[in-house]
Amino acid sequence: MDRAEVDTKIRSLIEPFNKKGIAIKDETTFQNDLEFDSLTVMDFVAEIEDEFDIIISMNQQAEIENYGQLVDAVTKLQAD
Amino acid sequence: MSEGISQPDQPQALEGEGKDLFSKFDDVIALREGLLSSGQEDPFNLVMEKVLSPTRAICNGRDTILLGTYNYMGMTFDPDVVEAGKQALSDFGTGTTGSRVLNGTYQGHKEVEQALMDYYEMDHAMVFSTGYQANLGIISTIAGKGDYIVLDIDSHASIWDGCALGQAEVVPFKHNDIEAMEKRLKRIPEGAGKLVILEGVYSMLGDVAPLKEMVAVAKKYGAMVLVDEAHSMGFIGENGRGVVEDAGVIDDVDFIIGTFSKSVGTVGGFCVSNHPKFEIMRLVCRPYVFTASLPPSVVATACTSIRKLMHGSNKRAHLWENSKALHKGLKDLGFKLGTEEPQSAIIAVIMPDLQQGAAMWEALIQGGLYVNLARPPATPANMTLLRCSLCAEHSEEEVGEILSIFEKAGKQIGII
Repeated sequence: MDRAEVDTKIRSLIEPFNKKGIAIKDETTFQNDLEFDSLTVMDFVAEIEDEFDIIISMNQQAEIENYGQLVDAVTKLQAD
Repeated sequence: MSEGISQPDQPQALEGEGKDLFSKFDDVIALREGLLSSGQEDPFNLVMEKVLSPTRAICNGRDTILLGTYNYMGMTFDPDVVEAGKQALSDFGTGTTGSRVLNGTYQGHKEVEQALMDYYEMDHAMVFSTGYQANLGIISTIAGKGDYIVLDIDSHASIWDGCALGQAEVVPFKHNDIEAMEKRLKRIPEGAGKLVILEGVYSMLGDVAPLKEMVAVAKKYGAMVLVDEAHSMGFIGENGRGVVEDAGVIDDVDFIIGTFSKSVGTVGGFCVSNHPKFEIMRLVCRPYVFTASLPPSVVATACTSIRKLMHGSNKRAHLWENSKALHKGLKDLGFKLGTEEPQSAIIAVIMPDLQQGAAMWEALIQGGLYVNLARPPATPANMTLLRCSLCAEHSEEEVGEILSIFEKAGKQIGII
């Protein structure tokens, strides 16, 4: 799957978590813009992990602050 | 005169006036000040001026029933336990002033470790200075860089800190969700070291883990299993060995972590295991090596208490009765509880929000009842909880008294 396809998938997965309907750009941050708390993060990460059959450990999550970084990371993880 | 001397050695106007390393705590400071400005008694600054028994104390000047301690088996005033501590204090002095691996291992440390091996019927026991250090030490030492830790999202802070210290890859799963746990185990790269961390009783809601199923899944994927039984020791299982015993999986788990600061009634932590190489932990586990060992009086009281807990079946039965009576009573009064049925000695009463939770806590303390106020981030799903933990020494009448204090306070605050 290329980056654009991963992007499309994650865009649909994030929808139910995007409670305030914020326009998602690569720079959109999970903590400040989307206001994800730790439980939301866990649920959202679980959705992505199940969809792509990957693990995103908390150590890797710590490096991911915005949407673009997430798409990059997932694109890389699912290709491995 | 050199030019440099007339220059200040730091910039005179610091950027971000009034900001320093403490600025990150400003939100917490504001929250606390907001709470206390309403005249609220501080729930996190209670002082017990006198402790009358395992279930009673003078708190902030009032005779108070204690329903927020971890003194599940009421061992703190047991005459044999107290006597053992006094004797050790006279015979061995006030402290060891050293590490377990240097000058800090006394006869008493070996005796309490033997008591633990007998209690759990396991080959090895290692005693730490606190329960927090037991988790911190064991987890960080066995799971290092490149290993994977799969753990419940509601795990205790000491477990999270152990994970962080060891730098393993940390993969949490939804609380008590067997399927979510299995999915994560399945995806771990082949050949990587795997550790599953579970708790017998989760201390916030007082609920129990489905250990029978979870341990079986962990074994299926070749993971080692560590179970924290801090809140079940002495009480759950036929011999008080915890949820692992009750679920019939004690022989399948690799490590049990426990504490002396709950049912045992003093302070300290431990790990028991049947792993053939376990003893090497004494040399490689930094939170074990680089700290002073427990004082002789503490290990002596722990040892006596643990040996008495082996024969505590009557107390266990009475504690279950207390737990059932309090759970039913609170439910009948209309309180919302953390579990449908009582599963442990912890009954969590769910509050609508922090404000009402704090008001309820204050009404209870003024009515002569102490419970724990638990709030985010320590609680799951950002809940505010009034956590009640029962003691085998609470009498039936005391449980009745507790319920009437709850009823009065609940009506006063308007929660029921």
